[in-house]
Amino acid sequence: MPRKQAGSSRIELLQGTLDMLILQTLAWGPRYGFGIAQMIRAGSRNALQVDTGSLYPALHRLERQGAIEADWGVSENNQRVRIYRLTASGRRRLAAERSKWQQLADAIAGVMAPPAESDA
Amino acid sequence: MKLARLLRLGRARSDAELGEEIDGHLRMAIEERVARGELRADAEANARREFGNVGHVQEVAREMSGTLWLERLAQDVRFGFRMLRRAPGFSFVAIICLTLGIGANAIVGGWIEGILFRPFPGVANQNRLVHVAGTAKGEPGYTDLSFPDFSDLQRESTLFDAFIVSKIIGTTLSAGDRAERATGLMVSPNYFEALGVRPVLGRGFAPDEGTGWNAHPVTVISYREWQDRFHGDPGIIGKTQRYNGVTHVIVGVAPAAFIGTFVGYSMQFYVPTSMQAAFDPTGYKLEDRRARWIEGFALLKPGVTLEQAQAEISSTATRLASDYPDQDRGRGVRLLPLWRGTFDGAQNLMPTLRIGLAIALFVLLIACANVANLLLVRSFVRRHEITVRLSLGAGRLRLMRQLFTEALLLSAVATVCAALLAYWLRNALTLFFPSQGGVVYTFRGDFDWRVCVLSAVIGIMSVVVFAAVPALHSSRADLSAALKSDSRSASGQRDRSRLRASLVVFQVALSFVLLVAAGLVLRSLQRISSANPGFSRDRVLTTSVNLFAAGYDSTRAKAFDDRLLQSIRSIGGVDTFALARSLPFSTRPYDSGPIAVDGFVPKADEQPSASYNSVSPGYFATMGIELVSGRDFTSGDDETSEPVAIVGETMVAQFWRGENPVGKRLQIGGRWRRIVGVAKNVRFESLLDAPKPLLYLPLRQNFSAQGAIFIRTRQAPDALSRSLARRIRALDPRIAPYEVITLGEQMRRATSPQRVAVTLLAMFGVLAMLLAGIGMYGTMAYSVSQRRRELGLRTALGAAPSMLLRLVLSQGLRLTAMGIALGAVAALASTRMITYMLYQVSPRDPRAFVAALVVMLLAALLACLAPAWRAARTAPVTALR
Repeated sequence: MPRKQAGSSRIELLQGTLDMLILQTLAWGPRYGFGIAQMIRAGSRNALQVDTGSLYPALHRLERQGAIEADWGVSENNQRVRIYRLTASGRRRLAAERSKWQQLADAIAGVMAPPAESDA
Repeated sequence: MKLARLLRLGRARSDAELGEEIDGHLRMAIEERVARGELRADAEANARREFGNVGHVQEVAREMSGTLWLERLAQDVRFGFRMLRRAPGFSFVAIICLTLGIGANAIVGGWIEGILFRPFPGVANQNRLVHVAGTAKGEPGYTDLSFPDFSDLQRESTLFDAFIVSKIIGTTLSAGDRAERATGLMVSPNYFEALGVRPVLGRGFAPDEGTGWNAHPVTVISYREWQDRFHGDPGIIGKTQRYNGVTHVIVGVAPAAFIGTFVGYSMQFYVPTSMQAAFDPTGYKLEDRRARWIEGFALLKPGVTLEQAQAEISSTATRLASDYPDQDRGRGVRLLPLWRGTFDGAQNLMPTLRIGLAIALFVLLIACANVANLLLVRSFVRRHEITVRLSLGAGRLRLMRQLFTEALLLSAVATVCAALLAYWLRNALTLFFPSQGGVVYTFRGDFDWRVCVLSAVIGIMSVVVFAAVPALHSSRADLSAALKSDSRSASGQRDRSRLRASLVVFQVALSFVLLVAAGLVLRSLQRISSANPGFSRDRVLTTSVNLFAAGYDSTRAKAFDDRLLQSIRSIGGVDTFALARSLPFSTRPYDSGPIAVDGFVPKADEQPSASYNSVSPGYFATMGIELVSGRDFTSGDDETSEPVAIVGETMVAQFWRGENPVGKRLQIGGRWRRIVGVAKNVRFESLLDAPKPLLYLPLRQNFSAQGAIFIRTRQAPDALSRSLARRIRALDPRIAPYEVITLGEQMRRATSPQRVAVTLLAMFGVLAMLLAGIGMYGTMAYSVSQRRRELGLRTALGAAPSMLLRLVLSQGLRLTAMGIALGAVAALASTRMITYMLYQVSPRDPRAFVAALVVMLLAALLACLAPAWRAARTAPVTALR
């Protein structure tokens, strides 16, 4: 990808991935922000540290796009929290992003795979 | 103010929610760390560090919530103002260009609004007001209506609130020992009420004052008349005023804003229709269904469309035609929107307004091209700023928004200036029509909200036109290349200079079209001023005398005419002279009427008609109109002898298949007349139309107390004017002699619309050329400054200054040539549109094209000269810097 393009859409790219992760997390059930961050970290065995500075803007954006919805509720520790939940449109989007991601991952894997023995 | 507070409130709430959410997150993070065994203080610090910048999170989230755009806009506007202030020269020139472009449109828009769409100041419901005009089968154009027909229409219509008579009339008023002409309207009694005009003093007319033979001599005078003639006398009601020898009682004073309902004139007085006979030398007509003299309006009921109204009125007209076959056969009635008014001055100005609009659009386009050009230069000057902003992470969209905001600011300032300009010049058209002979011409533009909206729309549209290309260009700036300090090598520059060159070519092309149009109309005007209307235009002096308006009946008028002719004979230097009812090329049309011709059978539903003039013996000799056969009228052709007529050549071809009609008979005005002569064709209404059927009657057999004097003389108009006025005053001091002018001058006055068009075209043509010249200068000057190093190198290698001069000039002339070629193609394709204004000039007249070419080339040369001169003097040392 040309550098120019990358420079201008750096945030976009991260957000894209983050969006997918958030949607996937919420697909297992409604959650509040901290819980989402926890789950992503745990799910990736601490490999992915969710940048909280990106998490909340992403949540708000997804909410505005209608992929998720939020309500004030109470956490298990009796804290007032905003609980996010996947909408039908969010579910569709998750499916789409997952297949896109799968293609990308396969493509990269294909390129990065060690060359076949006969070529060596 | 209120909106801003509301927005802030909305934002405050979502900010608070976001804050609470983030606080919650932090608390949970801390608690988790504590649970994992960290000290509380460490946990807090770590959690906070992990979270990052709270403020940043809030801003990003806030942007997503969508309330930030207004703040951004304000920021853009503030920044825009700063940028414009930092480049005052650029801002000034851009604003001037845009002001001219937008202003031209606003001015013409105001004229069109004030003359065509909302022509009557002080009148309510102009959107429901329509013209009522008559039609006759086989006769092009529109006719007046008869009073009985008009009354029947009113009675039988259900979709109308009112039918309003509004017929222009003239009279002579005594002013001390002198006499003065005055213009007024003869109106139906419902006039003021239906138009929503409330007299400031006294009353309008009562319903019963519309009918009867001179039964109600009452008048409403204009505000201006009240102020000027009666010095604002508060006890004016009940005083009297003599019109046409009849004493009228003043019953009301119209409000100051109201000037009547005849485009182009400010009315001085109003009388009810019952006074018709007092203002019409041809007699009482209120009960005559054949006498068509009514002009007027209808006020549609709210919600009624023109089509519905027309359908109803057409069926009524059909019924009238079958009820009164003798009077109304083949007659119809048409409703016309105000802007298509056929009786008033608006029609004269239509071509001018149309041309004005086209010119205004041209000027706007040229101005936009100019500003686009300026912006391109500017974006190059600003490339560093822009690239720095881009590389610091400014979004391209945001950057373009910034550039557009700046463009909008320019255009907003220009639009305000343009609106002021348009307001200031809204009545400028009147300057072309100086008041003459007691007639106050008024062509007022109307600068109302609709014109304001139009200006604003044009201003915004112009931004899209002039800012789009430069903005796109700037935001495409190549970061790596542009960030280098010497960016003369920056790619995109080549693109840009090509773009700028094509803008210049575009401007030159548009200006060229305008110049060609100006040249064509100018040549046409020259042709008109030397055209042969069929009578001599230079040696014949003319003036009008309205004896009827001075209260004469026809017996006294005839006696006066005899004494007047005697008196003129005694003026030195007079060759021949004559009297006639109608004056060619005057605002008052020739009489016309249905005719019947022995041996000519018209088609069914067709009514042959002709215009006619009543003339005294000697008229043809005085006017220089040749009689191709038969004889002139003599003093023997009077009331007691056989009715006779002289016909024009057009009629011979039309009714006698070209055979000599002398001795044959035709009927006009219900009387059979023997034809005694045939006269050569003359044009008496317009040079542009084909000659119309015209015939002449002896003045004594069809007498008119208002008419014109024609004198063939070697004297200058001024000298003769004085002796003539002295003699008329000696005969009767109550008669107001009009100006004495040559027939040529009379014709010249009739071509005011053409002269307005010429002036506008010439003015804007020059303006466009100037703008194009500025654009050319800017482009060349900039290109020279960019090529300084190259030019220096050439000098160092031994190029002579003259060679450098030629280098730059040829570059400029190449652009000009391309522009002219493009413009010539456009002009060839489009000048057909002004054919209707051209008299004996082809819309592709080569002389106009050559003239425009020369002027454009000269202007371009001039624009390139200074940059070329600078180039020629480039020092070789520049190459090293």
